[in-house]
Order: sequence, then structure tokens, then C-alpha cells
Amino acid sequence: MKVIYTDNNATTKVADEVIEEMVPYFGQFYGNPSSMHTFGDQVGKKITQARMQVAQLINADPDEIVFTSCGTESDNSAIFSALNANPDKKQIITSTVEHPAILNLFKFLRDNKGYDAVFVPVDKQGHLDTNMLYDKLSDNTAVVSLMWANNETGVIFPISEIAKKVTEKGILFHTDAVQAAGKIPIDVKAANVDMLALSGHKIHAPKGIGVLYVKKGLKFHPYLIGGHQEKGRRGGTENTVSIIGLGRACALAVEHLPVIDKEVRQLRDYLQDQLLEKIPAASVNGELENRLPNTLSIGFDAVEGESILMLLDRENICASSGSACTSGSLDPSHVLLAMQVPFKSAHGTIRFSLSHYNTRDEMDHIVKTMVPAIETLRAMSPFWKDGKMV
Amino acid sequence: MWDYTEKVKEHFLHPRNVGELEDANAIGETGSLNCGDALKLYLKVNENERIIDASFMTFGCASAVASSSALTEIIKGMTLDEAAKVTNDDIADYLGGLPKEKMHCSVMGKAALKKAIADYRGVQILEKPGEMVCECFEVTDLEIIDAVKENNLETTEDVTDYLKAGGGCGKCLDRIEEVIASVKAKG
Repeated sequence: MKVIYTDNNATTKVADEVIEEMVPYFGQFYGNPSSMHTFGDQVGKKITQARMQVAQLINADPDEIVFTSCGTESDNSAIFSALNANPDKKQIITSTVEHPAILNLFKFLRDNKGYDAVFVPVDKQGHLDTNMLYDKLSDNTAVVSLMWANNETGVIFPISEIAKKVTEKGILFHTDAVQAAGKIPIDVKAANVDMLALSGHKIHAPKGIGVLYVKKGLKFHPYLIGGHQEKGRRGGTENTVSIIGLGRACALAVEHLPVIDKEVRQLRDYLQDQLLEKIPAASVNGELENRLPNTLSIGFDAVEGESILMLLDRENICASSGSACTSGSLDPSHVLLAMQVPFKSAHGTIRFSLSHYNTRDEMDHIVKTMVPAIETLRAMSPFWKDGKMV
Repeated sequence: MWDYTEKVKEHFLHPRNVGELEDANAIGETGSLNCGDALKLYLKVNENERIIDASFMTFGCASAVASSSALTEIIKGMTLDEAAKVTNDDIADYLGGLPKEKMHCSVMGKAALKKAIADYRGVQILEKPGEMVCECFEVTDLEIIDAVKENNLETTEDVTDYLKAGGGCGKCLDRIEEVIASVKAKG
């Protein structure tokens, strides 16, 4: 049975073009890009090209691109660099809905390093309380780190506006753009961010490759201290194959941005409208307008997410849930809780995240599977009777 | 993804005895919407205290549904005295085992059964006796002590797997450790 993959915020298919680009560098061209021979240098030239392709996706200069091993490393590197650059400042600010790469790092810094970590809340629509954020900014603030778009709901933060206000005060601003990159246009110059993290496997490159954008002129303190690679900003021999793949993936992402904005958005809206129309007591989480065009977080009252996923899995439909049971944690997702999504639908939340590989037929198949799945689960739920919550 | 046995999957996809039991004369309810799983167990008990029918309504994950289904199959035909001896391990064993982190689903079955039997016999079970340890999932010290003894639990993670206690905000983990230590100290 063909897989219907609608879990692209978790990871993406590596594009065929990307694989094709990478293959020769696994075997034939294994040289070290730093070597003083043509054999190694031909890999070095390919990396230079990839760096340019990555830079183009976010309107950076190639020199501002640092290759890392993943989004989490990029986030950690950015924050530790900011703290090392400001040893006397003890306050760090982020939001309550960040990815664990930031959220747990901030908790670690609070609990083990004595930092005053501020977690700015969001409202029911997923909007950041920017007034509180601006009120908190002070001479003691070392860094502000906010995600560009939320992985669960797709809600987009007004990063340009926030970065302007934060950096005007001389405070460093980092953004985790792992979910935004390749889905909406990103322009680091216009947004005026100091640092930005992105991840290869979310944009049809392989896993194990990430990027940290570091603004020109910014004093950067490396996280991995070692050789001269990445101009001393990240030690360790380059992951040549994945860097080359990521370069191609970024070039493809530039091409696909209009497709995602139009066709993928239409598919997502179609899926959303169909589910809302055919299944009662369903609700979309997060603001509808200001949202990644590929993401749909939708809650179904009185049923539990893992059960829904199991029924989808029978039809080879891949999605994810905001429920506790799938993650090994026992509370529903921290993002849904922070948005005060009621428990009745938080436990029954499913996230569909699309890509340009999805089709209308696949959306129809999802709807056709979801309608009886929810009916079946509600028929055995003690909280559902005669077509409504009890 | 959870490593569910074929039997868990089968009981989730084709649960036995789903629905309200019209002429039930004993009902046991446990869990809540907030906790993420809940079970309502219906029993029909005859004059000889034999369970002649059982059914359930469950909100929860696949293993919660499967555990509920298994429970009804296990207890049908038993006397109440026999049913009272059914443990959460019996439910898990019936399903060929549950992932450790999902043992609380079988514990939920056992809890609902206990309440249903008490309901039939008109025995008042004090709602949550003991001192509240885990506020997130409303688990008391007495419940933890029982679970530690019955299942020979060693660590706070074990307690979370079986009762969910400590799996929310985590503020009670130190207290859970004290309760485990007190049970172990008494041997």
C-alpha cells in the first residue's frame, strides 16, 4: 500500500534530485575539502557552491552560513555564543511554545547555571504576548530567542517586528527558523536577526545536517571547538555529502516556495474544510491566517490522538498527534497547553503537515479514513453520546 | 512507535464488549478527560454473584482500549470473588504484555473493576483515600504504596509507568521516592 505522508513537520522525503547530487560524494569523491590537493579541493568547491545555495534561500551572504549537525546544535550554539559574548548579563528570554531544542536548553540554563529564564506566553490563537516581551527587555538581557513558526500549529511569529525592537536595544536576537525555512520566504537582512537556525531534513535534505546563520560582524563563540573549519566557528571535518545535498535542497526550496504558498496551501485548506464539514466537534488550533501554508493542527472532542493515529496507520497515512500517549510523556503537548486548548480536544489533536509531494487524491483518502475513525472511537468513548460531548 | 503485541492491536481494532450495558447492575468508573484516559465498566451480576455480562466505554490510547476489552473477556463468567483477584498483570498478560510505559492502562482496568465490585456490593470506596501526592493525575500515597507492593516497583519511573503519578509537572517526584523508600524499608 502506498504511503500517504503528511508528517512533513517531523521530517521530509529526501528529494530525488538531492540524492542524485549526493551519491558521487559518498564513494567516488571522498576527499577532505581542506586538503591541499585537487582531489580534496573539488569537494571544497562543491561545498562553496552549497554554501551559496543555502545563503540564497535566506538572503544571507555565504560567509554568514555555518554548517552544523542539526537544528538543535544550531540553536544550542547560538545561545551559548550569546551568553559567552555577554558574561555579565543573566536574563534570557524565549516563549512557552518553543521546540525542546530551545525550551529545554533554557530550563537547563535556569536550573543549572543560575539564569533568569523568561518564558513569554501566547494567547489562545498562538500569538506571542509581545507587550510582555518588550516590557521584560533590559540591560540584563543576554539574548532573546523565538521560533519563526511553530512546529505544531504552524502559527508564525512577527519575527521582523520583534527583532527590530530587540536589536534596537543592543540585545542579541536568535530565531529558530527550522519550520519556517522552505515554507515561507525568509530574508535575514530584512528581518535583521543576529542568528538563525535551520535544519536540512525539514526541507528535503537528509537528517544530520543543520545551519546556523551568524550575522556578519557578530562576535561568535564556537560551541564545538576544534579545527579551522567553518572559519573557526564550528570545528570538525565537514559532513560533505549532506552539505552538498542541503545545497541542492535549498535551491529546490527557492523554486518551490510559490508552489507551497499556492498549491500546498490550497490542499491544506481543502483538507481542513473537508474535515470540519464532515466531522462534528472538530476545531483548528491556532490562528487560521497567519500560519504556515502546509500545517493543520485539528482537535476532535472526546477521542484520543494515539488511537486516531493507529487507525490512520492502517491506511498507511502518516500524521502526528498533540496527545500525550504517543510521546511517552503524559501531558498533552506543551504548545497546546500553553494555548489553553481545552483538554477535551487537546488529547484528540492531530497534526497534518503537507509538502508539494501530496495530492488531492491523498487528501480525499485521509478524509475518507478520518470520518469513520472518529466515529468508531467516539462510539466507545464515555464522553460522547448522541452526537455530542457529555 | 509503541511496540504493541499483535493481541493489543487486535483488541484495539476489534474490541470486545463495547458499549453501555442496558441492564447492568454494577458500574465502575475511573480516569478523566484531563488525564487522557478514562474507563467506564459495566457488569451484569446474577444472584450467585457471577458476572454474566460485562461491557466498557473507554477514552484513551490503543492500549487503554485493548486493556478494557481484555478485562471484560477475562472477568465474564467469574464470580465477584474470583474477579476481585484479577490483577493488572493478568490484564497485561492476557494481551501478551504491554509496553512498560503503558502499564497504567492495565492498572486503570483493575481500578475500574474494583469500583464496579464495590458498587455491586454497596460498599463505599472512599474517594481517593490517603494523602494526595501527584496533583496532575490525582494519585495518593496509598495508591502508590499498593502499586509498589503489588508490582514490586523500584523507581519513580516505574511508578509513573504504572500510575502516571509524576508524569506531569514532576513536582512530586521527590515525594514518590520517599513513598517507595518507606515501602521498601518496611520490607
